[in-house]
Amino acid sequence: MNTKHPAIEMRGITKSFPGVKALKNVSFSAHCGEVHALAGENGAGKSTLMKILSGIYRPDGGSVVVNGEERHFTHPLAAIRAGIAVIYQEFSLLPERTVAQNIFLGREPTRRGLIDHKAMNDEARRALALFGSAHRIEPSTVVADLDVASQQLVEIAKAVSLEAKVIVMDEPTAALNEAECEVLFGLVDTLKKSGVAIVYITHRMPEITRLANRVTVLKDGEVAVRFDHVPEPEAIVRAMVGRDLGDFYAEPAAPQEIGDVVLSVHNAGNERLKNVSFELRAGEIVGFSGLQGAGRVALAQAIFGLSPFTEGEITLSGKPARFTSPREAIRAGVGLLPGDRKAEALVLMQSVVDNGMLTSRALSGLSGNANATPFVSAEAMEKLLRELDVRAGSFAQDIKALSGGNQQKAIVARWLALAPRLLIFIEPTRGIDVNAKAGIYHLMRDLARKGTAIMMVSSDLPEVLGVSDRVLVMRNGELVAAFSRGASEADVMLAATGEEAVAA
Amino acid sequence: MIQETVGSAKTRGVASIGRLPKINPVFFVLAALLVAITFSNPNFIEPTGYMNFLKRAAPLAILAAGQIYVIVSGGFDLSAGSLITLTVVGSSMLLDNSADATWWVIAVMYAVGLAVGVVNGLVVSYLRVPSLIATLGMMITLNGAAFMWSSGSPRGYLPETFRFFGRASIQGIPLIQFLPVALLVLLVVGFILFWLMHRTNLGRMLHALGDNPRAAQMSGVPIERVRIIAFVASSLSAVTAGILLGGFAGVSTDVGVGYELQAITACVIGGAQLLGGRGSVPASIAGALTLTAIFTLLNFIGLPKPTRDVVQGLILIAAVVLATYRRNRAGGT
Repeated sequence: MNTKHPAIEMRGITKSFPGVKALKNVSFSAHCGEVHALAGENGAGKSTLMKILSGIYRPDGGSVVVNGEERHFTHPLAAIRAGIAVIYQEFSLLPERTVAQNIFLGREPTRRGLIDHKAMNDEARRALALFGSAHRIEPSTVVADLDVASQQLVEIAKAVSLEAKVIVMDEPTAALNEAECEVLFGLVDTLKKSGVAIVYITHRMPEITRLANRVTVLKDGEVAVRFDHVPEPEAIVRAMVGRDLGDFYAEPAAPQEIGDVVLSVHNAGNERLKNVSFELRAGEIVGFSGLQGAGRVALAQAIFGLSPFTEGEITLSGKPARFTSPREAIRAGVGLLPGDRKAEALVLMQSVVDNGMLTSRALSGLSGNANATPFVSAEAMEKLLRELDVRAGSFAQDIKALSGGNQQKAIVARWLALAPRLLIFIEPTRGIDVNAKAGIYHLMRDLARKGTAIMMVSSDLPEVLGVSDRVLVMRNGELVAAFSRGASEADVMLAATGEEAVAA
Repeated sequence: MIQETVGSAKTRGVASIGRLPKINPVFFVLAALLVAITFSNPNFIEPTGYMNFLKRAAPLAILAAGQIYVIVSGGFDLSAGSLITLTVVGSSMLLDNSADATWWVIAVMYAVGLAVGVVNGLVVSYLRVPSLIATLGMMITLNGAAFMWSSGSPRGYLPETFRFFGRASIQGIPLIQFLPVALLVLLVVGFILFWLMHRTNLGRMLHALGDNPRAAQMSGVPIERVRIIAFVASSLSAVTAGILLGGFAGVSTDVGVGYELQAITACVIGGAQLLGGRGSVPASIAGALTLTAIFTLLNFIGLPKPTRDVVQGLILIAAVVLATYRRNRAGGT
């Protein structure tokens, strides 16, 4: 579409890390005034490619051409001076400084040797004005006081004020809500019109459809396919995954596979939950949908004894089950896989086996042999990890080296060793790539087939609808709707938001 | 931003760099130091030489083997040194020069140690006081208690029956000629603490607690109980060290001064992660021997005590820096 020479061009880039070939002969370019989407699963090489572009890594082979001129960046600063700005998922803002100070960090305007705060604030205001009046950020605000979306905008304003010709955005919507995403998309459009080349890294199809002019899909360090137009999302996903998605979700439960009531919650509540009543049966997967803060996670944590119910009648397989600590809930046969694996599930300095055995050991006598608990032995855990297809060089290596999907499977193994009656999954596939997602879905279904009741809390609506046998919807701490299989996204959203929001 | 970018590139690092070497470097350092000592004092390879060295190192080694429990669980126990003082002073007061009382006095001292550990653990677990502050308070309290108990003028000596553990040796053993009782105590205590830390569920719970307390709690680890046990292990090892030190040092209100920091230094030299989650009993004992060997070497060279303090401080910082460097190289946070 754009015939003049590209703003940046990467030719035949090759990069190896010890033991891994991260990039193989990858070529990639971005023209002024276009959005070039870079898609691919985790580990496909997207970030490595961008780190080479921004001078953090040096390629083993190939060249980087900026404005028709071959460049060898030896330092990120050199790339920034050449007009290449990268906005990473984790921000690099200083939280205790103001917006203006962050934007001009290291190049503050001075007057008679002192920092000219007025000029700095004015300049910052001009850069921020790009975002329109809807999202005005005051340059003198301390960054820590801004929400995540605004921080993202400050990052972009910084790139703009650097007069970047190329802006790389690495999954910029990861931390944004829907309204904030819209602001970002509008901004991308504006930047595009002003002639900036944008490299947009994402694996969310709607964003590609909405924003991109071209799409490049990386797989295993190679360019799997490049589209000079935006194709059907299926085509992109197929290229990312390398196979069809027909069996992405597992088959739902047949009626005869659903057994007795495992968990019964009647008129239960606490400070976050009101009058909640529902039942979970053996063999079924029940999805809990709702907006952020609707009480889904609070409900899971209440069942698990982390923030207990203060009222109501809860039974597990007929026995009273108002637990007041996770330990008590676990002893009774409840397991929970938290949404934030790193913060709430993993012990990163321990091995894969240690992580798998953590709960089995916790429930065994403290002076008992750590490698032979009454629940599982170290050998049996390794066997279980192999059955779950956890990929690791060795199960004795630290779990932090594993990918998100493999870490999640190791945590599943932790619970499987205890054969729980009820397993609660919170955001089971957050941060997990497409192939591994399918693996987790099938794993959940296999567990249900073996008679476990599964409660799934997820913000990913297609996932909730694709995986669950029933969907319960929460709003403001209450259960507001129940759907059997086959409900549409619109049905669930309507129930989750309430009428007034849908009308808007 | 530029600084940040460089920094984050480093910590994100490369996913697959090899694991840390299997053998803890502290053992090489210790071996090198022992060779150096032998060069500056050839008598060291005689049993009297190295046995006296091990005997002198035993209290610190025992203390470090207990301290590592608290460090792995994610805390510090600063009260260990003052508990040594209390043990020595308290024993001398209770014994009142009567040899017959030795056994029950020792029992009383272990009971005191148990109580100190439980209180430390309870305060940290339930009152949520950071362990550094909680045990600092305990340190001041115990030092004060030891001073009050003895009215500031402790009695001059302990009976031989009590000093047996720190002072006596078992004679007539082939090859090594004699075995100090203190070393025997170290071997027994060291083995028990090693076994608990590296072979039992308790040890894995301690590691999990120090690594990620929230994940530990959500995985069913009885975190309060495990933490209390860690402090108790440290306190009981301090009482043991106190009994040994009472054997070869005199009775005074400053026997234990500085021992808690030496023990922490020893653990760090042994590669312990300072905020919890990783640490080893044998490596901490090796760390204690290393520290003692450094002091011995400095002594041979003829450096005075203040210089030794300076060196100890520098070693502590260097060990932490080195550990951090190795961790970053290994590509993790």
